[in-house]
Amino acid sequence: MSVTATGVTDAVPVSVSGRSFREGFSMFRNAKSITGLSILAVFTLLAIFGPLIAPYDPDAIDLLHRNEAPTWGHLLGTTHMGQDILSQIIIGTRGVMIVGFLSGIFATIIAVLVGVTAGYVAGAKSEALSALTNVFLVVPGLPLIIIVASQFEDPSVVLIAAVLAITGWAWGARVLRAQTMSLRNRDFIQAARVNGEPLYRIIAVEMLPNLLAVIASSFVGTVTAAILAQTTLAFVGVTPISNWNWGTILFWAQSNNAFPDKWWWYLPAGLCIALVGVALALVNFGIDEYVNPRLRSAGMRARALRKRGFKPSDGATAVADTRN
Amino acid sequence: MSFFLRRAAFYLFTAWAAITINFFLPRMLKGDPITAYLARNQGKVSPEAIDSLRILFGLDNPKPIWQQYIEYWGSLLSGDLGVSLSKGLAPVSAVIADALPWTLGLVGVSTIVSFVIGTGIGTFIGWRRGSRAEAIVPIATFLSTVPYFWLGLIVISVFSTTLRWFPASHAYSKGTIPNFSFEFIGDVIYHSALPAFTIVLTSLGGWVLGMRNMMVTVLDEDYVTVAQAKGLSPFRVMYGYAARNAVLPQLSSFALSLGFIVGGTLIMEMIFSYPGLGLRLFEATLAKDYPLMQGMFLVITLSVLVANILADVVYAIMDPRSRQEAAS
Repeated sequence: MSVTATGVTDAVPVSVSGRSFREGFSMFRNAKSITGLSILAVFTLLAIFGPLIAPYDPDAIDLLHRNEAPTWGHLLGTTHMGQDILSQIIIGTRGVMIVGFLSGIFATIIAVLVGVTAGYVAGAKSEALSALTNVFLVVPGLPLIIIVASQFEDPSVVLIAAVLAITGWAWGARVLRAQTMSLRNRDFIQAARVNGEPLYRIIAVEMLPNLLAVIASSFVGTVTAAILAQTTLAFVGVTPISNWNWGTILFWAQSNNAFPDKWWWYLPAGLCIALVGVALALVNFGIDEYVNPRLRSAGMRARALRKRGFKPSDGATAVADTRN
Repeated sequence: MSFFLRRAAFYLFTAWAAITINFFLPRMLKGDPITAYLARNQGKVSPEAIDSLRILFGLDNPKPIWQQYIEYWGSLLSGDLGVSLSKGLAPVSAVIADALPWTLGLVGVSTIVSFVIGTGIGTFIGWRRGSRAEAIVPIATFLSTVPYFWLGLIVISVFSTTLRWFPASHAYSKGTIPNFSFEFIGDVIYHSALPAFTIVLTSLGGWVLGMRNMMVTVLDEDYVTVAQAKGLSPFRVMYGYAARNAVLPQLSSFALSLGFIVGGTLIMEMIFSYPGLGLRLFEATLAKDYPLMQGMFLVITLSVLVANILADVVYAIMDPRSRQEAAS
């Protein structure tokens, strides 16, 4: 966080919104976050322009080239029907990204509404919202998702995202409630309240900038969970197998005995899921280090100590050996 | 005391809410269990039998919903969970009792193993921060983001199909009858090797990362410096001072993870055809076997609640502050 010259900017409402908007992005300004965001950007571009980039129609059957290992014509080989696997992965990116981000957005909205309210109000209302959150934490998610999703003949992408969001918001709400409760009694919030600022302004202008890191981290967490859950659902065959996503590819691979020999069929799709997951985890590490600077500096300080002949785990009273 | 009362109130409320959701969930979903049951047994059931089935399962029950709700509680409290449609009308409680030990044994053990190993590794690399040991962090991250079913299938194809070291499915060899001989127990452990290995592999990363980050944070606290300045052995500082405090958030995630485990086992049991709760629940869902679904869901939710209570007790023993929080 940049330290301003006056140091008491909390009391100057004019500068708050502009400054906090810029600072809202500073949690992404580190090597880990930038690497993660870059990987996500590549997949987002694939999701948008997929149909233009894909060399073949993912459903096109080509009986002359069945079960082929990668060649120059089919960079990732073909399925048992001669469908191009690279095209299936490119086209499937859209489904994965849309469900992941939609459900992340839905879940984050619920988490912010419930969590911040539960943290700001006190007494019975807060306890009730907290109890609601805990019920959703305890109810097992994936079985519930499978039960609900299997009830629909042809669940739309939005519906799947909504179901994933409903089972996935509680963790974020719990963390946000704790953070809001600790903010509620800080001086600058008290000052705003005494100044007679309306409630929505206290929450939107005074509190939200301080909650941004927690919100961002819970968003990233939900997106990761949603992508894993969605590909799992597609793999299990609960969601329609006609919609291409990476789970669908693995569904077809498994039902056509691609394991273990036809590695080109199942390895790329799984690695893509893992790569998106790693990218999201990197963004989260970046946010963690922003929130908790000790995480960022610990490695650097330990290395610096070691260079000077100390072992960081030796204890506080270690003495440098300067004889040589 | 007020702390324990509040926790007790919370658990009672959560149990009530879970049971109520459990009551309403199947009733809100469309699909008719009798039709699905008949589709599987086509021609074997006479029209009179269909009518009696409908009455038996209360499907054309004109009773108002609140009366059904009260009756549901009544039968629940007397331990009656109904009969399963897809398992030849066997009592639901028997089907669950059959499946529960397998899930508890395999998943319980591998989760504890994963927690202990992961927290141990996390303690170590947090203590040796900045060293080469931190290379574990990216590997652990990768393993925790890999989709479970994908890793499971790859492990099967490497260690079972190709190398033929371990069996790929079922909990024990076909043809053997479960008993308590050493031979049978060895067979069960042999069959659980691959599922347990994949569970530990995918869940390890979270524990390593969480513990490492907490260690790094705690090691900067003054009381750790004081402990070192007093000349305590590094081992004592690492475990008695740093790890003891760093492990607290791990314990609360451990309780919550028990809830996610059951979701994970569903996929694990499908891939390894392991005869536990998850596989039965999935079969029940496909067959629209509502009584079995309800029973499974109830048992899963209640076991997560029990796990949470245990974690609360452990937490309260290890961290006196959590007991005072309510009073302040």
